[in-house]
Amino acid sequence: MNHPWTGPRLARVALLLAVAVFGPAAGPRSGFETMSPELRAMQQDDLANPGMLHVAEGEAQFQQQGCTACHSAEAMQGVAARYPAFDAARDGPIDLAGRIAQCREERQGRAPLPREGKEMLALSVFVAHQSRGLPLTPNPDPRMEFVRRQGEALFRERRGQLNLSCGQCHDDNAGRRLAGSLIPEGHANGYPLYRLEWQGLGSLQRRLRNCMVGVRSEPFAPGAAEYIALEAFLAERARGLVVETPAVRP
Amino acid sequence: MARTLLRVPGTAQRGEVVEIRTLIQHPMETGFRPGADGTVQPRDIIRRFTCLYNNRPVFEADLHPAIAANPYLTFTFVARESGVLAFIWEGDNGFSQTETRALTVA
Ligand code: HEC
Ligand code: HEC
Repeated sequence: MNHPWTGPRLARVALLLAVAVFGPAAGPRSGFETMSPELRAMQQDDLANPGMLHVAEGEAQFQQQGCTACHSAEAMQGVAARYPAFDAARDGPIDLAGRIAQCREERQGRAPLPREGKEMLALSVFVAHQSRGLPLTPNPDPRMEFVRRQGEALFRERRGQLNLSCGQCHDDNAGRRLAGSLIPEGHANGYPLYRLEWQGLGSLQRRLRNCMVGVRSEPFAPGAAEYIALEAFLAERARGLVVETPAVRP
Repeated sequence: MARTLLRVPGTAQRGEVVEIRTLIQHPMETGFRPGADGTVQPRDIIRRFTCLYNNRPVFEADLHPAIAANPYLTFTFVARESGVLAFIWEGDNGFSQTETRALTVA
């Protein structure tokens, strides 16, 4: 038997100290950093990144749907970097797609668009793209603090038949492999994004559904408050990473 | 109309090798995948891409199932004279789209 302060235990303490002093740079690491050079090149080249087709579509929609009557594209700069936000009218948090839906339905009196349909994705990706390169600066509204805490609780809660929490993969095992995929830290700084597996553009909620189904749990209903709480926590967790929209992911 | 992203230089020196890049929005449905209801989704792909330079082909490609959605094609040719480049994508279900760009050769 090893004495608690000698042998492996001491070695482990020394190792921990070494990691603390020389270890990996602190701070969040975008999923971009761990992709192959080919995929990184694809994301960075606006003529090879298929997400840019949807940004062009969104730019046209922004005109066609009359958003320009009240907003300019420049006024959308920085918006995505501080969402989700607190919406006084509904006395609760709202994500970017929810805000766009609110403008369409309440300010323009239009029929709702499907949340993950082509047009809503195009509008969202166009608006979010205006913040590309800006650091995530989560909404300072004190009423968001409660929402973030709710999100953190959901992030740490074990779920599904596999009984795994988000954190067990994205905090404890980030950088390791799950079958063929590298487990990223799970930051949401590039959404909506183009995913090769989807062969298309998809929302953060679609990504989160994939992760929930992956552990064989029932995903929340589309647009559910839980997603917005998770998103609010993810934004805090990724504070300082820059918006990459439209990112490319495997 | 499908959205396209094209990179075509507007001007070139005579004899210069110019690089063209094209990206087009298309699902490239293989014809082998079952949909949500279990039935196989019918094939819907772009079958042919052609680039004409003053009506003469300078690049052609046949596309097949298992080529990813939103095909990205890049190629080069030698600029010899000013003129018009036409980019033509044709495929299943009568898909046909043409984009043109002018090229001035000094
Ligand atoms: C009739 C005027 C009007 C139209 C048309 C309109 N909006 Fe808005 N929009 C507003 C107002 C007012 C706000 C501010 C709401 C608030 O802060 O509570 C807003 C806020 C927003 C925000 C959030 C901005 C922020 O700083 O948080 C986004 C994003 C947005 N609109 C997108 C759109 C899009 C996309 C369209 C077109 C589908 C659109 N809007 C059409 C009036 C409009
Ligand atoms: C079993 C492990 C596992 C669990 C549990 C899990 N994920 Fe993931 N997650 C992954 C993997 C693997 C990927 C990357 C997939 C790929 O690139 O093909 C991913 C991707 C993501 C991404 C996208 C990151 C990017 O760079 O775009 C986010 C965000 C995310 N997960 C959040 C969550 C949240 C929130 C939960 C809890 C509801 C969760 N994940 C649960 C394995 C997991």
